Amino acid sequence: MSKPVIATASLAGCFGCHMSFLDIDERILDLIELVEFDKSPIDDIKKFSRPVDIGLIEGGCCNAENVEVLRYFRKNCKILVSVGECAVMGGLPAMRNTIPLKECLEEAYLNSPTVAPEDRLIPADEDIPVLLDRVYPCHEIVKIDYFLPGCPPSADLIWEALTALVQGRPLRLEYELVKYD
Amino acid sequence: MNYKKILQKYRKDRTRLIEILKELQSREGYISEKAILSVADELGLSRAEVEGVISFYHFLSARPLGKYVVYLNNSITAEMAGREKVALAWERETGCRFGQTSEDGLVTLLETSCIGMNDQEPAAIINGVVFTSLNPDKVKKLVGWMREGRAVEDMVEETGDGANGHELVRSMVRNNIRKTGPVVFGEYVPGQAIRKALETTPECIIDEVKKANLLGRGGAGFPTGLKWEFCRKEKGEQHFVICNADEGEPGTFKDRVILTERPEMVFEGMAIAGYAVGARLGILYLRHEYTYLRRYLEHVLQKMREQGWLGPNIAGRGFDFDIEIKMGAGAYVCGEESALIESAEGKRGEPRDRPPFPVQKGYLNLPSTVNNVETLATATQIIIHGANWFRSMGTPVSAGTKLLSVSGDCERPGIYEVEYGLTVKELLEMVGARDTLAVQVGGPSGNCISEAGFGRKICFSDLPTGGSIIIFNRSRDLFSVVRNFLDFFIEESCGWCVPCRAGNVLLKKKFEKIASGLGTVQDLKEIEAWGKIIKSMSRCGLGQTSPNPVLTTLASFRELYESRVNKEADFIPEFDLNQAVAEACAITGRKFQEEQDHA
Repeated sequence: MSKPVIATASLAGCFGCHMSFLDIDERILDLIELVEFDKSPIDDIKKFSRPVDIGLIEGGCCNAENVEVLRYFRKNCKILVSVGECAVMGGLPAMRNTIPLKECLEEAYLNSPTVAPEDRLIPADEDIPVLLDRVYPCHEIVKIDYFLPGCPPSADLIWEALTALVQGRPLRLEYELVKYD
Repeated sequence: MNYKKILQKYRKDRTRLIEILKELQSREGYISEKAILSVADELGLSRAEVEGVISFYHFLSARPLGKYVVYLNNSITAEMAGREKVALAWERETGCRFGQTSEDGLVTLLETSCIGMNDQEPAAIINGVVFTSLNPDKVKKLVGWMREGRAVEDMVEETGDGANGHELVRSMVRNNIRKTGPVVFGEYVPGQAIRKALETTPECIIDEVKKANLLGRGGAGFPTGLKWEFCRKEKGEQHFVICNADEGEPGTFKDRVILTERPEMVFEGMAIAGYAVGARLGILYLRHEYTYLRRYLEHVLQKMREQGWLGPNIAGRGFDFDIEIKMGAGAYVCGEESALIESAEGKRGEPRDRPPFPVQKGYLNLPSTVNNVETLATATQIIIHGANWFRSMGTPVSAGTKLLSVSGDCERPGIYEVEYGLTVKELLEMVGARDTLAVQVGGPSGNCISEAGFGRKICFSDLPTGGSIIIFNRSRDLFSVVRNFLDFFIEESCGWCVPCRAGNVLLKKKFEKIASGLGTVQDLKEIEAWGKIIKSMSRCGLGQTSPNPVLTTLASFRELYESRVNKEADFIPEFDLNQAVAEACAITGRKFQEEQDHA
């Protein structure tokens, strides 16, 4: 039987959840025995090459490209997991949600003291993804099957969740894995 | 303004912070930055602590307000009585929106949660004066008078019944007492109970109240005698009696009527409680919305002192007890006893961790018994008439009578004193309700029942209530009721517990998704699961009951929800990409074309 296939993406996040994933340290050797990777920043595969069993999503959606990638993942993954606070709730980027988008952009690109007078311009290049009115958690856009909370979720939690999914066994949620203070 | 001089009389008493802030606000129209700094300096507090208190309460403001400040109530019965038209009239006549001050600085329009006038909505509080049964014409007249500079007191044309017409009240509020009973509105001669109490020992008083099986009338139903006993047994250099007159549960207005018509009975009850627990001071914590009763209540207290029923050496028996009134400043959560104590100490009204319970560490960390207005009034009658008399009424578990404040769709909204054990059906007949769809028993935090439950009894073992009964007939949309209640809890959450602060917002979002027809079976499951999490993970009664509007309507009217959810779809997003990018496109002048096939 072929190994389960995994894909990952970082949307409006900081890559911290991916870094936390890498904190599984030497277990990465077990991981490559257990699964294969498809589209992911870890192996730099840009496009899905086959149906994927588990998609791990870091970050929420702050622009149209995030939405497209997320939908692309949903289409190609049997199970989709929101990993970390940004994917689950919008996280730090969602702090802008209480401020109108126009004000945010003006503060960043026009009024900020670090912007030189000649550079005062709100970027509008066609190559830049269009921003959304606010930052959305992933489950408001596509169906999400599982949620791993934390900022970031610890390597142990990601490992436990992933191996449980792959092996089809219930998650062992030790208190230490989900306490945050 | 010479703040130092004003602050002098408060003698650096931190427990009077709310009172201080209220005085400054009444002088300047708001609490200025300079005032905040002066208060912080005088009381030895940080600026943030003072600002924290101001921001906590609805009726304190650190931003300038108009000469007339209109707080229009937004409870569900106000909506049912035509609040929207009244609100529009206010906006039209003043030229400003709710949340704003008119350009000429004359009027500020604000919303507020239930002000205890559910039977005479739409109602508003303007500069402390209550205006009931408003309509667009009356609003026009009021704004006209404001332009003339008339004092709000002089805008009251006709006073209400009973003591509402007393020269120290002069309020248009009506009592609407529809049914009197033998306890609160029974035969009563002031002064009798305290004299009788002082002839026996505190232990005997506690025994009698225990024998009467008096359970707390605020809603929670804790045995009053037991509470007094616990408090009495606690060691402390001083004990306190606190009367909780902060009925904030939407639809409750019975304490308002008791305090208007039976204040002596309440104060006597406080003195008896004081004797029982060994207290020398009682505090009446009066909700801000009832400020209009304050002068009258002070007058009653003074009269009682003159009669020798309060003050030193009451009835010549060597027992000293006096009562002071402390005002709230607008916060539903302060009805919770530990939050009330925090507020009485001049702090933000955030509930405390329990234990220790208030009977152990209450006001100023000293043993305190906090009892509801009706409970104390009832205790007075129990002392006069005896436990057996009391137990002959009601049911074995729920002895005595209960004051119900009935509002909504019925012919005779108002106050009913009924024996426990009355069925909802009997009550509906009594109040003249027809074609009833649902009855909200115990306010938003209580239970919404359908016809299937109309045979149930109003008592502690079946349908407990602090008094609030709101009736909805078949012309009403239950979803707008639930929406109103959820908004209420979101507004009133103190913010301490995340499940309550954030959970209620998420619950409301999920509810709106279902209401709009975009919900799925999964959404229904989630709304139930989330409700349970909020209930079990919040530390005070507010969070522990805040999902009830959803959970109890789901239990009683499940078909209503099920008719709105899509049973086939696995997932339906509310999200619309084109809508979500519209704002950014407008700002940057870009056009957005969704890529149909990624990669």
